[in-house]
Amino acid sequence: MLYREAGQFKTTYAEDMAIFPIRQDRIALAILLGIAFIGVPLLATFHVWPFGSDYLLWAILLPFLILALAAIGTNILVGYCGQISLGSGAFMAIGAYSAYKLATGVHIPFAWLGFAISIPPLPVLASILLGGLMAAGVGILFGIPSLRIKGLYLAVATLAAQFFFDWAFLRIPWFTNYAPSGSVNAPALDFFGLVVRTPVERYLLCLLFVTVMTVLAKNLVRSNLGRQWMAIRDMDIAAELIGIRPLYAKLTAFAVSSFIVGVAGALWAFVYLGSWEPLAFSIDRSLQLLFMVIIGGLGSIMGSFVGAAFILIVPIMLNLVPTELGVPLSTQTITHLEFIIFGSLICYLLIKEPHGFARLISIGKEKLRLWPFPY
Amino acid sequence: MVALGQFLEVLIGGLMSGVLYSLVALGFVLIFKASGVFNYAQGAMVLLAGLAMVRTLDLLVANGFPPWAAIVLGIGFAAVIMAATAWLIERFVIGPLVNQDGLTLFMSTIGVTFVIEGAAEMIFGSDVYPLRLFPTDAWFVLDGLFPGGILINKLDVWGALIAGILVAGLAIFFQRTKTGRALRAVADDHLAAHSVGIPINWIWFVVWLVAGLVALVAATVWGTKLGVQFSITFLALKALPVLIIGGLTSIPGAIAGGLIVGAGEKIAEVYLGPSVGGGIEYWFAYVLALAVLLVRPQGLFGERIIERI
Repeated sequence: MLYREAGQFKTTYAEDMAIFPIRQDRIALAILLGIAFIGVPLLATFHVWPFGSDYLLWAILLPFLILALAAIGTNILVGYCGQISLGSGAFMAIGAYSAYKLATGVHIPFAWLGFAISIPPLPVLASILLGGLMAAGVGILFGIPSLRIKGLYLAVATLAAQFFFDWAFLRIPWFTNYAPSGSVNAPALDFFGLVVRTPVERYLLCLLFVTVMTVLAKNLVRSNLGRQWMAIRDMDIAAELIGIRPLYAKLTAFAVSSFIVGVAGALWAFVYLGSWEPLAFSIDRSLQLLFMVIIGGLGSIMGSFVGAAFILIVPIMLNLVPTELGVPLSTQTITHLEFIIFGSLICYLLIKEPHGFARLISIGKEKLRLWPFPY
Repeated sequence: MVALGQFLEVLIGGLMSGVLYSLVALGFVLIFKASGVFNYAQGAMVLLAGLAMVRTLDLLVANGFPPWAAIVLGIGFAAVIMAATAWLIERFVIGPLVNQDGLTLFMSTIGVTFVIEGAAEMIFGSDVYPLRLFPTDAWFVLDGLFPGGILINKLDVWGALIAGILVAGLAIFFQRTKTGRALRAVADDHLAAHSVGIPINWIWFVVWLVAGLVALVAATVWGTKLGVQFSITFLALKALPVLIIGGLTSIPGAIAGGLIVGAGEKIAEVYLGPSVGGGIEYWFAYVLALAVLLVRPQGLFGERIIERI
């Protein structure tokens, strides 16, 4: 009854092309944003249930936001442009380490030429965005093979990026400013004099980034460029025949995707971890992001959020359940059980709904529209 | 002569360890050929087979069985476990997912990987279990030609021998037996094979079983080399570039790819490694694979990828 579009007449083209043409969707989104921007910070500041401690904010909401952003980036490449990538973790790492280098000052000595390139430490915001741009540049570089190879072959090719950068950040001391332990500390999060310290502030910062980038991404995939990506995904030869340049479409997808993933990586390092090692961006992270995208739904921004929430929260739940129930199991057994249940759940979801949660949501909407009638 | 001797030693060592990579890559190729599934779980299957074998073996030896009987029973038990795994995977994961696209199938095998890793470690334990099926001592050859001779690990020789026997066995199985022919028919075209009366589900079970047994063989060699432990699952990641270089659909390709990767990464590590800080074994195979892909997108021995419009 509530979810009907009857009576909502569109009188201009602009209304027809709006992101959310249905009023109920707009209201729902406004409520969601209101809760996220005002409700959660208020509750968290006054420590009202369920924000009694910072646990929910730190361990769930903050990583959820950042990984959802990374999942959106991955989804643009895998879901919208159809180029399978197993290197998202590496692009997160590139974003993180570039931002770190830029924020602490870059010094490249060209000893044999007799001069050095020095960049003074940049503000944090600039470093994060430039870190994303750096990732985009490398993304374009590793996207070039996609012009020749496809599908799972490409997936393995992107693993080259993953392993190469894992190694580079571990073994080349320049990236970590010659830190003896190989782990680096994020600079203070100073945004034009406003220093972000508490979990609530960190949460708001990430939320702001995620909101802005989501709006940009959503509009991009609805644009000319987004339609080019989808055409390439659906059938590259046909797309080429109707005048879409595969080179341009594929490389822009790599660039945009890597930019978003890179920014997410910088946020993950600066805002969530604080101090990190290359292990934080290993192949497991890449697989995790790919899972988020596939479970959430390929080619769906909304799906990226749902997928991120699912992949992040299920293991935490699985970890909590035995202790809550008071089952006497050793931590090792719990870890193994977690693996088994998580793996089975993924297989089950893939079998039941190969198109992910996004499909379930759209089916749900369709049903709601017709409710209480079956059709 | 010293330089040449050292080069030969590195080369032979590399080729031998390449054969061991091929052992893992073979399992991938078998499954990919027959069902188009890119099986990420192969590494986990090696772990499962190794754990099942080594734990049974230890248990039997502790209970006073003679070593040869313990080894036979251990391998037999592991084979039974692999058969059960193959049946479960076919019945509950790959069967229901038939006709989905490659990415979904690939992701489902990652799910399977989690389940196998969790289950294997929960049932059989998660420590490092040493395994001594083959001699692991060094062996010096061509003593007269080079000062000090060339060092070869006996285990590597065993590994190469076993890989050779395995490939020969698989070739006979595929070319000469009825099931093998049915397997090739299914690999060629599922629907056509189905319509001439080949039981597809049974064939897929056989494929996963054969891949499981290949994993068991790989586990005997790798388990002797590293001890049976969790890090064996990372072999899957080592085997991927091998596959890509050799071609996803070619059994000889898996062997050749393994040799190229093994020799290439050892030589690169020894001659290039020191100048860039070492550890380039970690990514060298992948960069090599990337280079091969740019020249031959189907790998060196793979069937040409033909797209129908």
